[in-house]
Amino acid sequence: MSDQAPIPTEATARTLTLNMGPQHPSTHGVLRLVLELDGETVVRARPEIGFLHTGIEKECEQKLYHQVVTLTDRVDYLAPLSNNLCYCLAVEKLLGLEVPPLARWMRVMLTELTRLNSHLVWLGTHALDIGAMSVFLYCFREREEILRIFEMFSGQRMMTSYFRIGGLAVEPPRGWQHAVRRFVDTFPSRIDEYEELLTRNPIWLRRTKGVGYVSLEDLIELGVTGPMLRAAGLAWDIRKSEPYSDYDQFDFEIPTRTESDVYARYQVRLEEMRQSTRIVRQALEGMPSGRHVADAPGIVLPDREKMKTEMEALIYHFKIVTEGFRVPPGEVYQAVESPRGELAYYVVSDGGAKPWRVYMRTPSFGNLQALPAMIEGGLIADVVAALGSMDFVLGDVDR
Amino acid sequence: MLSRVLEQNSPAAELVAWDPEAVLDGKLDRGEVTLFIAPARIAAVCGFLKERGFTRLSSITAVDWYPAEPRFEVVYHLHNMRDNRRLRLKCRLSEGESIPSVTGVWRGADWYEREVWDLFGIRFENHPDLRRILLPEDWTDHPLRKDYPVHGRRYDYVREGGE
Repeated sequence: MSDQAPIPTEATARTLTLNMGPQHPSTHGVLRLVLELDGETVVRARPEIGFLHTGIEKECEQKLYHQVVTLTDRVDYLAPLSNNLCYCLAVEKLLGLEVPPLARWMRVMLTELTRLNSHLVWLGTHALDIGAMSVFLYCFREREEILRIFEMFSGQRMMTSYFRIGGLAVEPPRGWQHAVRRFVDTFPSRIDEYEELLTRNPIWLRRTKGVGYVSLEDLIELGVTGPMLRAAGLAWDIRKSEPYSDYDQFDFEIPTRTESDVYARYQVRLEEMRQSTRIVRQALEGMPSGRHVADAPGIVLPDREKMKTEMEALIYHFKIVTEGFRVPPGEVYQAVESPRGELAYYVVSDGGAKPWRVYMRTPSFGNLQALPAMIEGGLIADVVAALGSMDFVLGDVDR
Repeated sequence: MLSRVLEQNSPAAELVAWDPEAVLDGKLDRGEVTLFIAPARIAAVCGFLKERGFTRLSSITAVDWYPAEPRFEVVYHLHNMRDNRRLRLKCRLSEGESIPSVTGVWRGADWYEREVWDLFGIRFENHPDLRRILLPEDWTDHPLRKDYPVHGRRYDYVREGGE
């Protein structure tokens, strides 16, 4: 991973090589940046990744299809439900399985709450990096409410694994409407609070405006997706362009800016938070009734009650848990819009009970590649601002 | 199989008209189009498709079908953002074979090809900087190969200075 120190030549003698990370608070995880500096200007930047590589894709090949869900949580630990959703949609497409409306809408509502959760962590830490400490405390106050909702649904705050192949893990808890309503009623005013602290704050403007510019063409060329593309003027959102899980039934807008700098990315994500709140409210008000899982006995675990009274339910339960279910051979590339951009799972089945290959096209990996383009030629003080505006998660990069 | 794909997919038909040798086979499964491309032609094919609207490379990965032969499939996922179309290209490779890099077509292919090299040991010709990306540089194997044990291999560590 490390190179030998280069012998200084006429051209390089003027520059200083600075090693940033892998343990640095503003890299949000273990990312190593090798910066070549000329005075305060970054001449060359080289990101080194892999410190958090856990071999999740290899692990997926050893597990039954339904066991893989718990691994997908751990890829992007700020958006576990987006990963659950993407994986479940991919396997459901392989199986040709239709999930009931309640499960689809519940998935939309909870992934939007996940987006809010992720954006709140981004906003808090990004502002903290630039020096605005109080925003962090406000953001984590609201994040706590979201985590409580997750806990209510799944029993877990972060590694929820709430979406399963064929629907949801358990029935939505009694009284969930109350908790979600309380949140969506207060949250828009909370976004106003963040805006009051930052949007017209002269220090914030100076640190973010015109910083980290990359043209739209370069962003696409480098494989960047998500809010960064939208901040460069492209209204592309997979929720609109390739709707999944009933997203086409929701009314929301794709916010865009054209400046493609750190400030534009901030504005886009803040507006996305408002739009997500809109979606959550629509889901809350129009939530369909019915079952939370598909009627697919060999794939979906039976009710606990039925297992005590019906022989078939007991047999199915035993078979799913011990030997899983077989998935017809084939391959599927399922993309969803995660808080960071295009998240896609490429699942290949050979007809067995374990996936032959699970590839995760994670948004952070694609986005991080644009980092040199963003900071080369800029000042070293702007590196931290640019890093924060990318909103990557190292677990998502290294897998 | 290829003819059915060509009827329904105009980029595939254009591609075959442009270079019939490049497209070996095609598949339409669950609404997703896959074209099998001759490995030596992949860079030219990607260049052609990029001009035809597939401006974005979504990802490059590989699948190991060990012990079947040829064991590797390098998989490219292309995306046409204007028409919202996705296209999957596949190249079959045997152990030890290499494939032209598409970094000349998309700069963003860089890391994806490095990742495939790192985890599968497939070499990309003309890649500007084909180093390991996720694993340490002194790692000696490629863990996503099917014959690599999930718990890793045992290594005998030799103390520096010898013992």
